[in-house]
Amino acid sequence: MKKIVKKSIKIKKREQEKIIELRDVFRFYHLGDEFVKALDGVNVTINKGDFVAIVGPSGSGKSTMMNMVGALDIASKGAIYLDNVNIEELEESELAQIRGRKIGFVFQTFNLIPTMTALENVMLPMIFQGVEYDEREERAKMLLEKMGMGQRLNHLPNQLSGGERQRVAVARALANDPEVILADEPTGNLDSKRGEEVAAMFNDLSAEGKTIILVTHDQNIANHAKKIYKLKDGKIVGYTVRK
Amino acid sequence: MIADFFKISFNNLKRRKLRSWLTMLGIFIGIAAVVSLISLGQGLQTAVTGQFSSLSTDKLTIQNSGTGFGPPGSTVVNKLNEHDVKVIESVSGVELVIPRLIRNGQIEYNKNAQYKYIGSLPEDKKLADIVYESGGLEAEKGRLLLPGDSGKVVLGNSVITKDIFGKEVEVGKVILIQGKSFQVVGILKKASSFQLNEVVIMLDSDMRNLLNIQKGETDLIIAQVKNSNDIEKVANDIEKAMRKDRGEKVGEEDFSVETPLEAISSVNTILTSINVVVIGIAMISLIVGGIGIANTMYTSVLERKKEIGTMKAIGARNSDILWIFLIESGLLGLAGGFIGVFLGVGISLGVAGVANNAFGSSIIQLNISLGLLFFASGFSFLIGLISGAVPSYQASKLKPVDALRG
Repeated sequence: MKKIVKKSIKIKKREQEKIIELRDVFRFYHLGDEFVKALDGVNVTINKGDFVAIVGPSGSGKSTMMNMVGALDIASKGAIYLDNVNIEELEESELAQIRGRKIGFVFQTFNLIPTMTALENVMLPMIFQGVEYDEREERAKMLLEKMGMGQRLNHLPNQLSGGERQRVAVARALANDPEVILADEPTGNLDSKRGEEVAAMFNDLSAEGKTIILVTHDQNIANHAKKIYKLKDGKIVGYTVRK
Repeated sequence: MIADFFKISFNNLKRRKLRSWLTMLGIFIGIAAVVSLISLGQGLQTAVTGQFSSLSTDKLTIQNSGTGFGPPGSTVVNKLNEHDVKVIESVSGVELVIPRLIRNGQIEYNKNAQYKYIGSLPEDKKLADIVYESGGLEAEKGRLLLPGDSGKVVLGNSVITKDIFGKEVEVGKVILIQGKSFQVVGILKKASSFQLNEVVIMLDSDMRNLLNIQKGETDLIIAQVKNSNDIEKVANDIEKAMRKDRGEKVGEEDFSVETPLEAISSVNTILTSINVVVIGIAMISLIVGGIGIANTMYTSVLERKKEIGTMKAIGARNSDILWIFLIESGLLGLAGGFIGVFLGVGISLGVAGVANNAFGSSIIQLNISLGLLFFASGFSFLIGLISGAVPSYQASKLKPVDALRG
């Protein structure tokens, strides 16, 4: 399996730019006395413009992998490259800045800041990048309108439905115009209809040229992606490219 | 960016209104205590030092010692007299010497009697002016007593009040002093010392006749020095001269020469030590308030772990998180401080009002300094920052993965 993956990387390398690369990544935990291998030698390369899904049952290492891909965690062994930079060599503040600029996160539980309105939530990532207020507001409004939330700008998260919250979260992920959208079970807390709507949003974003990485256990959602990695027991056990 | 953080922090505090209020309670009780105690302390200090303000910096007071607060001269055999006045006059550096009498006397008006201080006024215009000037005495109604005003008196501001005599004493009315009639020619303006507000001033000769005081006998000698810088030296010289004249040894004097500074400084020492104790107690309550803030911030960090993780994922640096939490705890302190300042000013106004009502004069003049208010607010902000430092640091150091797990 590994060999196939590597081959495909080599072929793509010539024609496409790498954005995220996991090289022989291991992640170990100590859970009490137990030694857990959450990731067991994973090699993945994601190119700009890819629409990738990482699927697997719970406990397969999906979340750990998403943390690695999103530069939220550091490998126990192996290396993670974000835009050809080994994230281990970055200072904490540099990494935060790059993460904020290049990756937009969408979480299963939306993770909106409860004290902030929809508009403020979308403006937040731009604060950390030092964007001026007027520009922030204009862009946040534009994004929310694009997500069909133009009428809900000043609502607090708890005044919004699940589907609406996820739209706000997607707008927030797009705030700094990142190259990658990394979504962790984005439809996990939504009914299937809303789930499909959100998945369709990712399709649109992919069509606009964004790199999309979906982490999910829902095969239907995964099927929107062009490339699907199957994860089991911390290892990649399947790789499908959909035409 | 910091301005944005202020807004974020402020929103967080608003969201947890009840907890924010309870947390601030600790701070504002402490600050209110500090502000009110310092203001009242300073007011008290002003009040007490005001008692000595009649002793201007170029005047010495010579009294019989051991008389305490009673009328001077009442308990001592070797009383001050005309001879002492001459001895003091001969000391170099002394410009003027004013012998004065101060006794208690019964004042009667509208069939009500009350004991008050009676003070004598020198018969010499120049000396009389010095007495008025040194006490800061001015007429509020009528006029001041002048040499030659035999059978007339001037009353201190508190002597005339209705609650003593049933009706207010007015200028031109006749009052009985020790059974003899005197006409009131003037009422003094409120003075800084309550003794001055309680005094009845009459001419030296009137007072001697009325109270049967022998010529030459005196209760109090005021010596004005030529140069106020020399006051300590002149005081020593007077002491030496009088000791020699009376044949007394050092430490066995039956008189005392008091410089105004001595009197004020001894009172100030007592007041300062009271203030220190009281502020110490207030500080303890501020520390408790600070612990309250630290506790709230710890809880807050734990509760908002996921929020912290989210913010880190979307690009917040450790320093950004640190700022957001520090500002939040600083704001808790500052808001508590502001409320405390207002509360403290209110309390001190209330206490001063009650005290002044009880004493019937404005004995405590509040001294609420703007500097103190700014200091108190700034200090509470600082307490907030310090208390929030460790929880904020911990929040900033959370690993994004761990934090996101909640």
